[in-house]
Amino acid sequence: MSNELLFAILLQAPLVGFVINGVRFQSKDYKFAGILACSAMAISFACSVILSSRLLSMDPANRHITSTLFDWISAGSFNAEVGFTVDAISAIMILVITGVGFLIHLFSVGYISHDERPSKYFAYLNFFVFNMLLLVLGDNLLVMFVGWEGVGLCSYLLIGFWFTDREKAAAGMKAFITNRIGDAGFLLGIFFLFMEFGTVNFQDLNALAPAASLLSWGEPLVLACLFLFIGACGKSAQIPLYVWLPDAMAGPTPVSALIHAATMVTAGVYMIVRLNSVFMAAPDVMMIIACVGAATALIAASIGVCQNDIKKVLAYSTVSQLGYMFLGVGVGAFMPAMFHLMTHAFFKALMFLGSGSVIHAMHEEQDIRKMGGLKKALPITSFTFTLGWLAIIGIPPFAGFFSKDEILWYSFASDRGAPFLWVIGVIAAGLTAFYMTRLMALTFWGKSRVPADVHPHESPATMTIPLIVLGVLSVVGGWIGIPHVIGAVLPGHPPNLLEGWLHYSVAKITLPQDAHVMEWILMGVSLSVAGLSAIFAYDSYVRNPDRPERLAKRYSRLHNLVYNKYFVDEIYFGRIINPLIEASKGLWVYIDVNFIDKATYQASGFVKSLGSSVRTLQNGNLQTYALYIALGAAIALSFIMG
Amino acid sequence: MLTVDFVNIGLNHYLILSAIVFVIGMLTVLLRRNLIVMLMGIELMLNAVNITFVAFSHYNQLVNGQVMVFFVMTIAAAEAGVGLAICVSIFKRFKEVNISLFENLRG
Repeated sequence: MSNELLFAILLQAPLVGFVINGVRFQSKDYKFAGILACSAMAISFACSVILSSRLLSMDPANRHITSTLFDWISAGSFNAEVGFTVDAISAIMILVITGVGFLIHLFSVGYISHDERPSKYFAYLNFFVFNMLLLVLGDNLLVMFVGWEGVGLCSYLLIGFWFTDREKAAAGMKAFITNRIGDAGFLLGIFFLFMEFGTVNFQDLNALAPAASLLSWGEPLVLACLFLFIGACGKSAQIPLYVWLPDAMAGPTPVSALIHAATMVTAGVYMIVRLNSVFMAAPDVMMIIACVGAATALIAASIGVCQNDIKKVLAYSTVSQLGYMFLGVGVGAFMPAMFHLMTHAFFKALMFLGSGSVIHAMHEEQDIRKMGGLKKALPITSFTFTLGWLAIIGIPPFAGFFSKDEILWYSFASDRGAPFLWVIGVIAAGLTAFYMTRLMALTFWGKSRVPADVHPHESPATMTIPLIVLGVLSVVGGWIGIPHVIGAVLPGHPPNLLEGWLHYSVAKITLPQDAHVMEWILMGVSLSVAGLSAIFAYDSYVRNPDRPERLAKRYSRLHNLVYNKYFVDEIYFGRIINPLIEASKGLWVYIDVNFIDKATYQASGFVKSLGSSVRTLQNGNLQTYALYIALGAAIALSFIMG
Repeated sequence: MLTVDFVNIGLNHYLILSAIVFVIGMLTVLLRRNLIVMLMGIELMLNAVNITFVAFSHYNQLVNGQVMVFFVMTIAAAEAGVGLAICVSIFKRFKEVNISLFENLRG
């Protein structure tokens, strides 16, 4: 099969699924809708695998397949094509999107079976995948932007899927509006890049980016990077635009797994990795990205400690892990960031689906204070969740350990990094271990606090099979990127496959060569911080369940602050949103009514009075009109002849 | 001053006839209120033009003008069909075909 055909099938399979399920949106036949959507995803996944294997057999230095469909915009010197490229970076993305996406679609079949509108749900889900593929495959910023907006739209539709509930509809709008702020930045970034280089094509941009670092803030390139990062902040839920992601948990749980954990929210990271040479030219912006990432990782993790809704904990955990990825790209660790993006997609999708299974079993109960001891009732869910838990807190040899540790090592040792970033990263890792262990303890371990009228039961096979597959991936997913220092001591010396894969696709960063001892020490420190914190959490929530209460009382002001998420939403409402609304109202009542409306009314009155003097000409009498024609013809004739 | 030769019929005779017929037709359209009569006036105007076409065609020894006449006649037939259909629908509604009933387009 030709590459063009593969691209076409890869992109269009979900689109066809969307169209068919979209036109029969009123159907309640969840089996047909689910099978259709799942098979579309399976076809896409097969195409991704074939494309990736073709990439694998190509020359590593020139590893990309491009297919241009048509010229989209061609105006003067500006030229944008609808073209798609799959290279080392986007291959990882399409495998994750279609692979994990397929599993989540499969899980959805069981999850959505009791819902009123399964066809609509699967149509949105397939449309999301189509847009996400557009985003990662587009070979220029404009095609990416189309996908970028498309995933935002699908995210809005799916968060507000149960829109009859006002709160859920509002959560959808919040996500959409917050994303608009980021998108405006993203667009400005595109404009600045075009202004500087005259192209929006990724390959050209990376090739044209100056090798020397630019330090001045006035440079268009620096501004472009800054604005692109604002766009990434919106989509990937970083400070200060992270507030929409926890609210986005109002959507169905598989949606949270697919869009708000595995794929869409990583788009910002992907975009920066895609433009890595451009960002490398702006070291100050990279430092900002690293700091914002580290701060997000820390703050979101600390909020996660005090949440009681199982999905909210996972949401803050996602924000925090995305912070790690931004910390990674900020210090030039593009390979580790992509690596963490992939492993995070595995274990976070696993945990979201696991929480979906728990919520399903608990009859839509999400409060972990009303759970506990679910290990017996939900053996498969509990076991796979444990694998995800071990992966996220970074216990070797689970997936999260390798990727997170690579990011931490780069943040310490790379020439763009700094020790303080590493310290923040390790503290956040400790908090991560704490709140994830707390979540495990309150949900699956300890004594049951389940209300007497709820009888939790294990979910059907369509829901447990994805959990098992993702569980396996959460264990082995990290083995493709084993760091050199660990590989050197392991039997068989496994190489860092991922680094080899991405070697020619990302910019190089200087790392100290002979610092193996240092790397081992740092690894040991972060591992022991995480381990001790997990043990402390286990001790607090399983052995001495009254200790958390005591601690909360003793540090009540701190607890109050963290429990209320640092009052960020309240501050946004009080300081930004409400003043804006008040100001808009003022503009409406005073400026608009008194000046703009008056001016337009006067203009229209003037035109009206002009018209009234000649309107009698048009009296509706056919014969008068005929007379005008005859007179006109006579006058014209007399001119011509005379 | 136009001199009229009543023995040798030439181009001018046809043009004068055509002008007379055309003016009659135009006045019918402008002055009469009955829609059917107005349609007849339109036919008169079209046929007046046909006369000039044929006259010039004969005068210049060119067949183009006569071809034109066939077009005009075809279109006149079509136009009469549409016009009469409108007449019928107006009649159905008002039981009359007075053009003054049809003044909804006034500004």
